[in-house]
Amino acid sequence: MIELHDALAALRRVRRDDDVLIATMAAARAWMELGKHPLDFIFVPSSMGHATSFGLGIALAQPERRVIVCNGDGSMLMNLGSLVTIAAQAPRNLVVIVLDNGVYEVTGAQPVPGRADFAALARASGFESVFHFSTLEKWTRNLDPVLGAKGPVFILLETTPVEGRAGPKSPGNAADRARALKRALST
Amino acid sequence: MFSGEQVGSLLESLGVTHVITVPDSTIGRWEGGIEDSGITLVRVCREGEAWTIAGGLYLGGASPLVLIQCTGLFESGDALRNVLHEWKLPIYSIIGYRSYLNQDALPGDTTLVFTEPVLAAWNLDVRLITEASQLPNIGEHYRACQAAAVPGVALIAEGKA
Repeated sequence: MIELHDALAALRRVRRDDDVLIATMAAARAWMELGKHPLDFIFVPSSMGHATSFGLGIALAQPERRVIVCNGDGSMLMNLGSLVTIAAQAPRNLVVIVLDNGVYEVTGAQPVPGRADFAALARASGFESVFHFSTLEKWTRNLDPVLGAKGPVFILLETTPVEGRAGPKSPGNAADRARALKRALST
Repeated sequence: MFSGEQVGSLLESLGVTHVITVPDSTIGRWEGGIEDSGITLVRVCREGEAWTIAGGLYLGGASPLVLIQCTGLFESGDALRNVLHEWKLPIYSIIGYRSYLNQDALPGDTTLVFTEPVLAAWNLDVRLITEASQLPNIGEHYRACQAAAVPGVALIAEGKA
């Protein structure tokens, strides 16, 4: 199992300056603790489950730019169909990371309705490249080739729930942040 | 009411780049005409996806349009709220109004009870289209909404060929 903060800290070290990074729920809280970037979008408040769809839209609009979505397992369960939609559109520049801890962490760690093999679901949906990591050492060692694999890329990370932490707080007015992202994407 | 070629030509003239859609028996027949016009069709599994995909496309510099049935509007409220009201993105949509012209297939269809109140509750600028002659009204409404930077809906009456 991988600590959420460690998983994202490793990702941040290899994140390219022109990558878009979308983070939601517990991943959003952890990502904000690591710093800021003009191409970060903290999907809080959100329509839960839709980070993958949002990432797909940006990836289709800007196929030359890599888009990385950090999603939770509860969020993924709310929009499983998006895996099929993404695979059908086949954006080579989209990376979906599911941080799977088995609970709705931000609401108090209630269990998700059931455990699913998200890597198998992504593979069956038609994702070009699918990876699964359960140790920080393997995740860190393989980050570069995995992020550079032919997309769409799906990565399942088995993470440990962080107990006792509040949900992520919105970093500011959502409309202002959307406008800021649009400006950053236009440069 | 409209052919796919008519709709595709209209949307192409408006500068629409992507149509994100779930079909019904009326709007689904437009798919070929839309694709033939050079617009990219993005088929989604559930309507909620459509709004957030459109949001991402818009922020990335594209000009998306959402094309769904009113039942999909009901399903996708939270995504609509997020994209149109929290992010305040001027995404335009064309929504099929099931059974408006004919209830033979679905007598007592409750979409007739809820569609317009739900659109009003979402505080959306709606143009109801009930006749083939009103095709240009969609373009006029689209341009007005884009100029005002607000979302808009063309509500297309369904139920007759």
